[in-house]
Amino acid sequence: MSGPHHPLIESRQSLIEAGKPIFMQIAEQIENDIIDGAIEEESPVPSTNEFAAFHRINPATAGKGVNRLVDDGILYKRRGIGMFVATGARQRLVGARTEQFRTNFVGPLLDEAAKLGITPEQVADMIKNPTATERKANNS
Amino acid sequence: MTRTDPDTAVRVAGLTKRFGTFTAIDDVSFTVERNKIYGLLGRNGAGKTTLMQLLTGQQFATSGTLEVFGASPVENARVLQSLCFIKESQKYPDSFRPEHVLASAPWFFANWDAAFAARLVDDFRLPLNRPIKKLSRGQLSAVGVIVGLASRAPLTFFDEPYLGLDAVARQIFYDRLLEDYAEHPRTVILSTHLIDEVSNLLEHVLVIDEGRILMDQDAEQLRGSASTVVGKKTDVDAFVAGRDIISRDGIGGLASVTVSGLSEAERTAARAAGLELSPVSLQQLIVQRTTSTTGSPTTHDAVTATDAWSTHS
Repeated sequence: MSGPHHPLIESRQSLIEAGKPIFMQIAEQIENDIIDGAIEEESPVPSTNEFAAFHRINPATAGKGVNRLVDDGILYKRRGIGMFVATGARQRLVGARTEQFRTNFVGPLLDEAAKLGITPEQVADMIKNPTATERKANNS
Repeated sequence: MTRTDPDTAVRVAGLTKRFGTFTAIDDVSFTVERNKIYGLLGRNGAGKTTLMQLLTGQQFATSGTLEVFGASPVENARVLQSLCFIKESQKYPDSFRPEHVLASAPWFFANWDAAFAARLVDDFRLPLNRPIKKLSRGQLSAVGVIVGLASRAPLTFFDEPYLGLDAVARQIFYDRLLEDYAEHPRTVILSTHLIDEVSNLLEHVLVIDEGRILMDQDAEQLRGSASTVVGKKTDVDAFVAGRDIISRDGIGGLASVTVSGLSEAERTAARAAGLELSPVSLQQLIVQRTTSTTGSPTTHDAVTATDAWSTHS
């Protein structure tokens, strides 16, 4: 028996979290690999069956995640060879994620700041210089 | 009866099975699509095994219709040749050793792959020439799992196949099932209590409870279909008012309520209201759905849990 005792086996299952559609998680992981350069543009991504075997998930589910990126134009299919990252995919993903960053992080941050009477300028100060602005915010 | 539908492995309509006054399967209708891995899930005595016995022609239906690959499985050689049913406690002739089981398997299974079986024997470290009677519980289960995988039957049932199998052996089973299924797609119906372990393998979920189908859903739709909202009781109550409440729990001034179908905007609203959201695994979801219907909720909040259910049913 070879595979089953490999330490990776314990860790890889935790890459998939419960309670969230797996195909979305697969799509996000591929996106992350493209954004941080782990998979370069015009290079191949693993096959659906490889994703399924690695993450121990149903191949149809893995295929759904890959197809979602094909629909978004992030990946494209080369007949008989496999899936490849499209040119310009990284820039488009960074653009989309920046929008998400604004709604998911900056929005709630400013909402909470407003609740506490912290102005956006003070928030910006805090971000630039965390230790100094802490005192300033307490004084105001 | 219709002719063989290329996309459908099993079609069941109004199926009922009674044993005396006990109704094991109660007016059940569903279809199983070909080349998907199904989970047949439910509590002990829910009717899982009876349903699989009906589908494999080992029990006669009291009423209703049942087609497997377009025909009734009962006494139908063409249909039965396409099936493999791995039972929790398969009986073998007294004199049998695992090597005899593997040697006779090709007589029953047209797609039998002896090389794959040999590899599985190595994986599970199964002693081939030890009498079946002398095998450990886990080794006996391994025999069934090997037959179920290497038979590559177009419709394979695994009924709690891994009694006594340790965690490593179960993982080998899942890995080999996925690998082989990817190369040789076929219909697999996996019945188990270990929902968390298998949930990611499943494409579709059938949940049976007290002889009825409680859920018949795409596994991906089920995942993320429910969230648990935790926070101050008054805040939680305000947020969940009017929603589909699956279960409710609480202690002191804290409440924890599982609701279905929250949109992204609703999630943001919940967080803004100071509530914590946590995902619900397939297992938790099924446990909550199947305990809610028994009429004896075990939550601290028994009264409200029952109320919540009555709004749902």
